Amino acid sequence: MAEKYELQEVEVWDGNMAAAHAFRQAQIDVVAAYPITPSTPIVQNYSKFLADGYVDGEFVMVESEHSAMSACLAAGAAGGRVATATSSQGFALMVEVLYQASGMRVPVVLHVVNRALASPLNVNGDHSDMYLGRDAGWINLCSFNPQEAYDLTLMAFKIGEDLNVRLPVMVHQDGFISSHTAQNVRPLQDEDAYKFIGDYKEVDPMLDFSRPVTYGAQTEEDWHFEHKAKQHKALMESVSVIDDVFKEFEKLTGRKYNRVEKYMMDDAEVAIVALGTTVESAEVAAKELREKEGIKAGVVAPRVLRPFPLEELKDALKNVKAISCLDRSAPGGTLGMLFNEVSAAMYHNENRPVINNYIYGLGGRDMTIENLKEIFKEAKANADAGKLTTPLQQFSGLRGPKLAFF
Amino acid sequence: MEYVGWDKVTTGTIIESFTEPVDNVAHIRPEERPYSPMNSHEASVASWRFIKPVYNRDICIDCQFCWVYCPDTSIISRDKKMIGVDYEHCKGCGICVEVCPTNPKSLLMFDENKPNEEALSEWPEKKKKSKDK
Repeated sequence: MAEKYELQEVEVWDGNMAAAHAFRQAQIDVVAAYPITPSTPIVQNYSKFLADGYVDGEFVMVESEHSAMSACLAAGAAGGRVATATSSQGFALMVEVLYQASGMRVPVVLHVVNRALASPLNVNGDHSDMYLGRDAGWINLCSFNPQEAYDLTLMAFKIGEDLNVRLPVMVHQDGFISSHTAQNVRPLQDEDAYKFIGDYKEVDPMLDFSRPVTYGAQTEEDWHFEHKAKQHKALMESVSVIDDVFKEFEKLTGRKYNRVEKYMMDDAEVAIVALGTTVESAEVAAKELREKEGIKAGVVAPRVLRPFPLEELKDALKNVKAISCLDRSAPGGTLGMLFNEVSAAMYHNENRPVINNYIYGLGGRDMTIENLKEIFKEAKANADAGKLTTPLQQFSGLRGPKLAFF
Repeated sequence: MEYVGWDKVTTGTIIESFTEPVDNVAHIRPEERPYSPMNSHEASVASWRFIKPVYNRDICIDCQFCWVYCPDTSIISRDKKMIGVDYEHCKGCGICVEVCPTNPKSLLMFDENKPNEEALSEWPEKKKKSKDK
C-alpha cells in the first residue's frame, strides 16, 4: 500500500509540482519518462514519490521520448493506468506514437509543459508543441496556472479512462510561466483525489491470457477510413463526459471549469481569444481598459482545444463586434490556428465580427499588459469602423519594422 | 469478410485471437484452438515467398532446432517428432536450413515452384570430412 502524503489545505507549488502530485494521487501503474526542460520536475518529483513509498507503481527510465510514449502505450494496452510528461523536442519525438495511442484507444495521460520548438534552440514557453500535436486525435485540456494544471491532470485520468471515451488526454501548461512559478494551490487529500478518479477499468487488456488480443493492426484502403471515423466519433462525443467530469469536480472542490472560459463577456464589444497564461494577463488588461478607458473588453479561452468547442465559442462571441485571436506559435506560412478556427466558428454566426490575428510570445517573449491593451484598442478601432483597420495578421512584441503579409 | 461500416468495427482496431476465451492455450494443439477468422493462423500469409524449405524425413534426427528457431512457428512438430513445414505461414527466410545440424542437411531451400518430390530426388550426398580421405 502506498503511503499517504501529508498535504496542507493550501500548498505553495509551481505547476510542475502540482502536476507531479496529481500523478502521485492517481496511483499510476506505469510512468515511463525521459527528462526535458521545462517538464523534467514532473517526472523527477514523481520518481521521488515512488522511491519514498508514496506510489505503488513502476517508473521506467527510457532512452528517448519516443520510447517513453511507446512504453506508456504498451503498458496501457497491457491493462494499466499510464502517464508521462514532456515538452518541445521531446514532444516532437513522441508524435508518431501519439497517433498510435489515440488509434489504439489507450487512455494515456500526457502532461505537456509547452515550450518552443527549435531551431533556434529555446527552452522557454510558447505553444509550438501544443500546435504540433493538435491533430493527433487526443483530448487537449489547457491550463492557465498551477492550480488548473493540478485540477486538469486529475480530471484527465477520469475523462480519458471513461468507458465511453477511452482516448488519450494531454494537459497543457505554459513552460516556466506556469511550470516554474510557485502559487497557492489547493489540493485534494489523497483519498479524495483517488476516489474522484476511481480505479482503472481495463478494456481488452493484452495480459488477459484467456482472451488474447492484437493491438496495432494494419488496415488498408478497405478498412482504415471506418476505423478513423469511429475514433473521431469517440473524440467528438467525449464532450458529454468532459462536461460531467467538470461538474463532478465542481461539486467536490467548488472550482468550476467550462469547455470555453469567458471573462467579462456579458456586455463585451471586443474580445481576445487566447490560450495559456496569456489568458489571465488578458483578463487584467480587459479589466483596466474597462475601468480607465471605458472599452468593453472581454476574454474568451478554449479550455478544451480538442474536441474543438465550435458551438460554445460561437455562443461566447456571438455579440461582439471585433475579435483578436492570439496565437503563440510560429504560423508556418499561414494565419494562426486560433484565428482560423474562431473565424470558422463565427462565419455562420448571424452577426459576423471583424476578426484579426496576432502572433506573439515566441520562445518565451513576454506578453505584457501593455501589449494586450494595445491589441484591445486595435480591436476597438476595428469594432468602431466595422471593418479591419489593421493588417489581418500582425506580430505583437516583435522588434524591427512592422511585419504583415495578409 | 463482410465490409461493415464504421459503427461495426472494433474499438481501437483490436483483433481477437480466439472466438471464445481459452485457458491454458499452450497446452492445446493449434488445430484444436478456436482461432478467430481474423487470426492470421486462418489466412495464408506466405504469398511473397519465392524459395521454400523442403524437409527430408530420411536424414532428420528430430533435434527440434528448426522448431525452436523458426520465427513464424511454421515448423510442424508433434511429440518432439518433426513432421514438416507449414507452407501457409512460412516466409522462406531459411533460418531452419541454417540451424539444421545434420550432414547433409535435412532441410534445404528450393525454388518455390519446384515440386517437393523433385527436390527430394536432387538431395546432395553426405559431405566427407577431411580426415576420411
